[in-house]
Amino acid sequence: MSLAELICPAGTPAALRTAVDAGADAVYCGFQDATNARNFPGLNFTPQELEEAVAYAHAKGAKVLLALNTYPPAGKVDLWRHAADTGARIGVDAFIVADMGVADYIARTHPQMRLHLSVQAAASSPEAIRYYCENFGVKRVVLPRILTIPEIRQIRKEIPCEIETFIFGNHGLMVEGRCSLTNYLTGQSTNLDGVCSPASDVEYVRDADGSMSSKLAGFTIDRFGPDEKAGYPTICKGRYQVAHRPDGYYAFEEPISLNLARLLPELIDAGVHAFKIEGRQRSKSYVRSVVSAFRNAVDDIRAGREADIGNLVALTEGQKQTQGAFATKKWR
Amino acid sequence: MTKLTLGPIAYHWSADQRRDFYARVADEAPVDEVYLGEVICSKRAPFQEADLPSIIERLERAGKKVILSSLAEVMLKRERKATEDLSEMESPEIEINNAAGLYARGTRPHRIGPFMNAYNEATIRWMASKGATHVCLPTELPAPSIAVAARMARDLGLGVEVQVFGRASLAVSARCYHARSHGRTKDNCQFVCEEDPDGMPLRTRDEQPILRINGIQTQSEGYLILLQELPQLVADGVSHLRLMPQAVDMVAVAEVYRAVLDQSMSTEAAEARLRQVCADTPFSNGFYHGQAGYRRIAQASLA
Amino acid sequence: MQLMVSPTQTSNRPRPPGQAVVARLACLAVQPILARVVRRVAQEHPALFARLGPYQGADFLIDPIELPFALHLRPDPQNLSFRAVPRSMLPDATAIIRGRFLLLLELVDAEQDGDAAFFSRDLEITGDTEAVVRLRNALDDMDGSIAQEAADMFGPPGRAILSRLRRNYQEVEGATAS
Repeated sequence: MSLAELICPAGTPAALRTAVDAGADAVYCGFQDATNARNFPGLNFTPQELEEAVAYAHAKGAKVLLALNTYPPAGKVDLWRHAADTGARIGVDAFIVADMGVADYIARTHPQMRLHLSVQAAASSPEAIRYYCENFGVKRVVLPRILTIPEIRQIRKEIPCEIETFIFGNHGLMVEGRCSLTNYLTGQSTNLDGVCSPASDVEYVRDADGSMSSKLAGFTIDRFGPDEKAGYPTICKGRYQVAHRPDGYYAFEEPISLNLARLLPELIDAGVHAFKIEGRQRSKSYVRSVVSAFRNAVDDIRAGREADIGNLVALTEGQKQTQGAFATKKWR
Repeated sequence: MTKLTLGPIAYHWSADQRRDFYARVADEAPVDEVYLGEVICSKRAPFQEADLPSIIERLERAGKKVILSSLAEVMLKRERKATEDLSEMESPEIEINNAAGLYARGTRPHRIGPFMNAYNEATIRWMASKGATHVCLPTELPAPSIAVAARMARDLGLGVEVQVFGRASLAVSARCYHARSHGRTKDNCQFVCEEDPDGMPLRTRDEQPILRINGIQTQSEGYLILLQELPQLVADGVSHLRLMPQAVDMVAVAEVYRAVLDQSMSTEAAEARLRQVCADTPFSNGFYHGQAGYRRIAQASLA
Repeated sequence: MQLMVSPTQTSNRPRPPGQAVVARLACLAVQPILARVVRRVAQEHPALFARLGPYQGADFLIDPIELPFALHLRPDPQNLSFRAVPRSMLPDATAIIRGRFLLLLELVDAEQDGDAAFFSRDLEITGDTEAVVRLRNALDDMDGSIAQEAADMFGPPGRAILSRLRRNYQEVEGATAS
């Protein structure tokens, strides 16, 4: 049986301490700049905050993984190199990378550092994963959320590294690291700037009939009736019209949360080493409740007990949830 | 001498349409290189494979260099097999769009496709050290970065390519959005994407055109058009300019770009001509200018 | 710096006449308490300001719909301001956050996951969304409870008021939820 480490999000030092206290085996976080894919306003760590956070986590036996998982645009590679140097100096336990140039730099300059391949690298086949393992010494791959459990089991047999899968949180629809939707509408890039549907371009507009439009850079991403729950205008969660769907429909995906609570035993059995909880942009209270619930569930499964997944299902109560691609190919 | 290339057809055009299209390209289009092969959806590939050898032969006979492009998404067994098979080819040249292809190809020569995220000089240097001979830069890369990347690529002896015409690829997914819009799944799609030879237009709920769906791919509503930017691209060392096939008169499009490169047509006249060819489709060049991709930055504001 | 929104453009609820006087008196009563609370929070949590970045000079209008006044916050470390303002005299603001009082309190305390409430109808955001997201993230990085800290400043009576407030609202919540 694999270890089933619990990998938890930390958008702020307080969230990191919360995650560690709630039983995270490792937390992942990033600096306050474009070097990570959650470069959101008011979020993330200064080098000094990271240093203190690493000390806190290590004192309690938890690891800290630093996300350097965006793609440097030509001419700005030094920002990523400096971030890696800083992370190495502070003593984080691993880097999560996507760009080959960044991976190559770390492999040459900090050969002692452990490398994880970010979901942003979109490595979804054994060959792609082996490419990163053999060239950069990658020790773990974070799999895209597009594979079924039998497919994950098969991949596990064909790769020389550990597997980490997302089990909870925001459900990405596009192949990560291959999406320029935000840049197309706002001029800020997900791959290059670490930005997705930035708050600075978000606007909620109440229409005359009491309905509400959520807009991104002036484009109506969705419109909600007077009693309908409004959502954040993420492009791939919006409602649009096509000729044969004139009333509007979720062209890509509904606003929905991934929850694999029921699949944990199967995932462990398939050889998944680590479970990742999404949500560096979410609050401490989210981190506290999700991490502790999954901590209990994983401990139960490891001890051979039936896990009480009631709590986990309740975490997304009121919000739609899905097992996404993991349970059935029909998702595609 | 800057080369004009024709990118791979992103859409599910029928076998007949493809044959006719490439016959005309061979006879009339002033492009130097043509990329063939299915990049978007592995389910479509069988429809084209039978004709591929004759199309290659036809284009090469007309003096065009042919390059075969690999799939952007590789997950299923058939996709892995297709990628591996392509990587075994000695000729024509191949363009790789997924790390699975890089793995299979090893250090044998290959081109790097636009889906490979070759955003910077460090990555380009790495790829060159592994046998890359040519790199197509990602569409969202802004001008200053194109300049730095192109310089590095040229210093290493690589060809450098930038898309200058056609819808920008904005995202790919494991899920088919064409099938979804018709209440089907990818496995049961019945190739409904064939109905939209220039992509399926998505409009916002207040009727504004915004994106195009092409199977698992999401594209820009506007055609990305770099015309007034061509002299700078050439000066920066970009050696190849890519035209993406759209459902318009692509021979006319190629002629316009050739004429601008030959300095026998002004960019104003070129734009006016493209306007005629492309009907009402909006033009955009925001990515190049570091702004929202859909934007159109007018020539006057660049001065 | 940021575009300002006018609260009158967005608030169209009718107010009963005579309320203005009550509101002004209520404001006078809470003003010193607010000033003490915000000074204490700023002292204990200096990192909060860094997370606000360019929005330290922004004007936040926090509007608890069932109270007779709104709260105006300018989180400028050089000139910190947190005051109650009657609805008849609301200033223009960078962003307005409007909702039920306990929901606002819970958000400040990170008792509640803001994502859900922030972007649902329970809470209405007008103006600069980035300002609100920054404020949310800055507050979320604080350990402990601001409300509790504020209550503690006033000793046992403060704590009693807070717990009664919480209980009251939970009862209301329960009644409306069922």
